[in-house]
Amino acid sequence: MIQHAHTGDGHFGFLDEFAKKEIRRTCLKAICIPGYQVPYSSREMPIARGFGTGGLQITLALIGPGDVLKVIDQGSDDSVNAVNLRSFIMQTCPGVDTTTRTASATLIQTRHRVPEVGIARGQVLVLQVPYPDPLVIVESNELRRRAMHAEGDYARLWVKLYEDLVRFKEITIAHRYPTRIAGRYVIDPSPIPRWDVPRLHRSPGLFLFGAGREKKIYAVPPFTDADPLSFDDVPFRVEEFRATDGGRLTCARCGSHESFLDEIPLPDGGKRHQCSDSDWCARHREDHA
Amino acid sequence: MGYVAIRGGETAIAEAGRLLETLRTGAVAAPAAPSEPISLDAIRGQLHFLHGRVLSEGGVYHPDLAALAIKQAAGDTLEAAFFLRAWRSTRPRLGTTEPHAGGTMRVIRRISSAFKEIPGGQMLGPSTDYLQRLFRYELMDESPDRLRAIARAWLRDLPEERLPDTFPKVLDALRAEGLLPAPTRSPAEAFDITRQPLQFPVPRSAALATMSRAEQGSLLGIAYSAMRGYGDIHPTVAELRVGWLPVVLPHPITGEPTEAGEVLVTECETVAMFDRGGDQPPVFNLGYGCCFGHNEVKAIAMSILDRALQKGAEDGPAHPAEDAEFVLLHVDGVDSMGFCNHYKLPHYVTFQSDLDRLRAARRKQQSPETAEAALQETP
Repeated sequence: MIQHAHTGDGHFGFLDEFAKKEIRRTCLKAICIPGYQVPYSSREMPIARGFGTGGLQITLALIGPGDVLKVIDQGSDDSVNAVNLRSFIMQTCPGVDTTTRTASATLIQTRHRVPEVGIARGQVLVLQVPYPDPLVIVESNELRRRAMHAEGDYARLWVKLYEDLVRFKEITIAHRYPTRIAGRYVIDPSPIPRWDVPRLHRSPGLFLFGAGREKKIYAVPPFTDADPLSFDDVPFRVEEFRATDGGRLTCARCGSHESFLDEIPLPDGGKRHQCSDSDWCARHREDHA
Repeated sequence: MGYVAIRGGETAIAEAGRLLETLRTGAVAAPAAPSEPISLDAIRGQLHFLHGRVLSEGGVYHPDLAALAIKQAAGDTLEAAFFLRAWRSTRPRLGTTEPHAGGTMRVIRRISSAFKEIPGGQMLGPSTDYLQRLFRYELMDESPDRLRAIARAWLRDLPEERLPDTFPKVLDALRAEGLLPAPTRSPAEAFDITRQPLQFPVPRSAALATMSRAEQGSLLGIAYSAMRGYGDIHPTVAELRVGWLPVVLPHPITGEPTEAGEVLVTECETVAMFDRGGDQPPVFNLGYGCCFGHNEVKAIAMSILDRALQKGAEDGPAHPAEDAEFVLLHVDGVDSMGFCNHYKLPHYVTFQSDLDRLRAARRKQQSPETAEAALQETP
């Protein structure tokens, strides 16, 4: 018993079947009530809370032999955290293939990014979530937040956006941008940049959000409206990648000028930019080779 | 370029693991004379407070694995408890026991600060309370023979008379006098925090279970706020006992209650001043704490917070320690340590986004007109 303790005695997907069943049922409920945060028991994983245990539990509950898995962190397959999660899933799910190609994956687990190409019909994107509730920035008490969601009372969020405009002439929410799903619940879309929010809207693929520490799962089902909160006269805007001369910055590796860029400070005080989505960057280099 | 962009994260992780493994051997601290490996028995026996703490925070009574966890985690209590929790996730729940009363405990220590003498007598047991914290330098180099001699001497001096197997509870006397509310048996099954998420308000059993496996320092910190004055509890320890509690399970075939073993627990009952008015005669209030292992600070802190939370539930929380959501969502070591550590993960996508917002706000402030124009032209 002791020698096999770490991998759960070799059980496929680490979790016992009761746990997986609960997670699948929670996902189904989440899909049926788009944007609603469904509480679930959330088991402790051998990976630390905050490192993607919510996403990991969903992945392990859904994955089966024949699935093709992609794991990314900050858009990259090579991030240490992505490598670690992938290696844990590989260890506990024999028969599952992995890929770095977004288009080839059936299941993608991600932290902080939606792939640039979005997700296709039949694909599932599992997002790791630190804060499941968009109202937490205006209300710290969960009981009160649940009442606000139930009553569709997002007034204080709107006031926060308005006050931002008054104080800074800009909405200061950079990522985790509050987004209304199917015209009803407002979600925290996880710490994806605003750049990625439009890809949730009427996507052909399924988005599942797992918050392990906070014990919530929610979903944006395929072909569902996802509208970032915005005022009629102040449109929602994504991150800008404009050079000092006003032109669009491009990736130093592939030359793409339509992707989310990482800014890398150089020793000489200058900056270099490159694609955050490593698969996008590789495809772009292939296409323009 | 940042660590995410490094190709070969896999190698980096493997090498980090090797470093940690080498550090665990102690060879780095003393390369010439590496120390003996610590045996699990030594951890269980000689580091028994540490062992009990990990059992308690791990929330599963498996002494062998708790010792292994301490060894693997090189003594980090948060990590060690985490190993037990993760292991527990792989175990299905096969059944539940009836509630167990602390009165059946085979005690190794029991004290009351409420009465000078208690039925059955005060029994100091292995207490650290009256230790003088002066170094005993002779322990810096101790031989196995010396350990054996200490144990032999103690066994030789054992008194003839046998202690009773169980002792009456101090609270029973107060109950008989009507000074405490009669114990209520909740009709509902106990809340299993490993199978259900906390959704507030939660039943008392959920609060007790959460605190019982809480991280000791977090629990103590919040309880201390109530002790110091953020709250009005004024507790008296009616009884604190440490001992082996027989675990009774339904027999797999006959269903008869059958003793399956025993677990070391610490139990604390505090009595707080009455505050109930109205038609009923006033009674004392009770706070309850119980955890695996010999861990008195935790049991006392838990009993004080139990009382504070009950007060908060009745009158509305007036202090953080009386707010169930505040207390119960912030005392779990696995949760809080994980989230604290996660800040070391790369956040540069979100930081890029933060930079974008800050630069935009600065542009607006520096040249309001051009910024206003830019806002107009952007769809």
